[in-house]
Amino acid sequence: MTPPDYEYLRKILKDHSGLDLSADKQYLIESRLLPLSRKCGVAGIGELVQKMKGGSSSITAQVVEAMTTNETFFFRDKVPFEHFRDAIMPEMLKARANRKSIRIWCAAGSTGQEPYSLAMSLKEMGAALAGWRVEIIATDLSTEVLEKSKSGVYSQFEVQRGLPIQLLVKYFKQNGELWQIGPELRAMVQHRQLNLLHDFSQLGTFDVIFCRNVLIYFDQETKINIFGRLAKAMEGDGFLVLGAAETVVGLTDVFKPFPDKRGLYRPSGARAGSAQPATSMPKIAAMAGR
Amino acid sequence: MHGIPALTLVVSTVGALLHPVVGRLRRKQRHQGRRKTLSHVDDHLLRDIGLSRTEMIARRILEGLQFEVTEAEDGSKALEICQQKLPDAVLLDWNMPVMDGYEFLGKLRRLPGGDVPKVVFCTTENGMDHISRALQGGANEYIMKPFDKDIVMAKFQEVGLVALSEESPL
Repeated sequence: MTPPDYEYLRKILKDHSGLDLSADKQYLIESRLLPLSRKCGVAGIGELVQKMKGGSSSITAQVVEAMTTNETFFFRDKVPFEHFRDAIMPEMLKARANRKSIRIWCAAGSTGQEPYSLAMSLKEMGAALAGWRVEIIATDLSTEVLEKSKSGVYSQFEVQRGLPIQLLVKYFKQNGELWQIGPELRAMVQHRQLNLLHDFSQLGTFDVIFCRNVLIYFDQETKINIFGRLAKAMEGDGFLVLGAAETVVGLTDVFKPFPDKRGLYRPSGARAGSAQPATSMPKIAAMAGR
Repeated sequence: MHGIPALTLVVSTVGALLHPVVGRLRRKQRHQGRRKTLSHVDDHLLRDIGLSRTEMIARRILEGLQFEVTEAEDGSKALEICQQKLPDAVLLDWNMPVMDGYEFLGKLRRLPGGDVPKVVFCTTENGMDHISRALQGGANEYIMKPFDKDIVMAKFQEVGLVALSEESPL
């Protein structure tokens, strides 16, 4: 990949998805886009770039999608799910005892392992949630991963990483080499395509937001903007869960961390800046039709 | 864990091998600064017997985790070893001559203190029926072949044999 091609791709990704690749991530682009070039029937990344420059919105959309999908697995990092079970849900059961309703948003739902892990955790709580309505909304930029998430079908490799065998046996049905999560759990998750750079106020307010390992790709300004809008999408006593390598510290004070619970935050009550998305980009409108 | 965790690796090769090869792993306590010793005899043994690739991969993974690989033969031999000294964990195949993994599991659990070792199946038996039986028989975890290093790590973390490490974002 030539330096000009790399720079072109960096700019396209930044414009379309906020993804901010540093100067040394050629390997990442290669590993994601070489398979795509084969799929598109072109010789390599150089040709992909040529087609993008030539105005192919379909190729551009596929490139953005290939670069923004993120590997995930069930109960990834474990600790956030322990927080969910031991800190978040007990408090929600008290705080929402009158409403008996909880709204959870997985803001980078990807192929579904995160929302379904939460669904399994909720099921494991058993009778404590009798009569409660718990909504899990899973959103992602990529329609492809959302389709996979909706299907709830996973490979033998995917169900062996992070998923305790007892939960596999309890909640999945085996279909040859594939495993499908049961219909009751699939029914607990609603899927929506969403670009975090856009306005998401139409989703309503949430009690719990999981936004893990997606903001890391964005530049500082975009991160701050999104944190501000996440705070507005959250109840004042809600919870925000970030990925292990992420933090709000030094970026914004709309959330405050739990000192003893890595990755867990709640609204500070401080006022965010603008409620508007950071930029409006005409190119995104063209992609919306895909 | 108390003292040095000992992992008994009980495998059975797929294919023409007559005798399954069983491995025992002894985890080094790093803070004691003991040097890892590889069992070279076992290396030759593995090569001579023509151990299947999956078992070699398992061995390398476990060595990479700083477990020392020691090997035993079929379920019956593994049980003898456990009767002498209970390991902290057993990596167990299902299909083995003399005594299969399921039978070994039952006998292990009936030994005094036999409920303590973590038993992780690692087998080509991928069916729900086998998995359920294994769990009912007292297995702690279950690895279906084919597997990779990430799966072994994840399953060992599940049962507490390795510490959880930080995830990197990319």
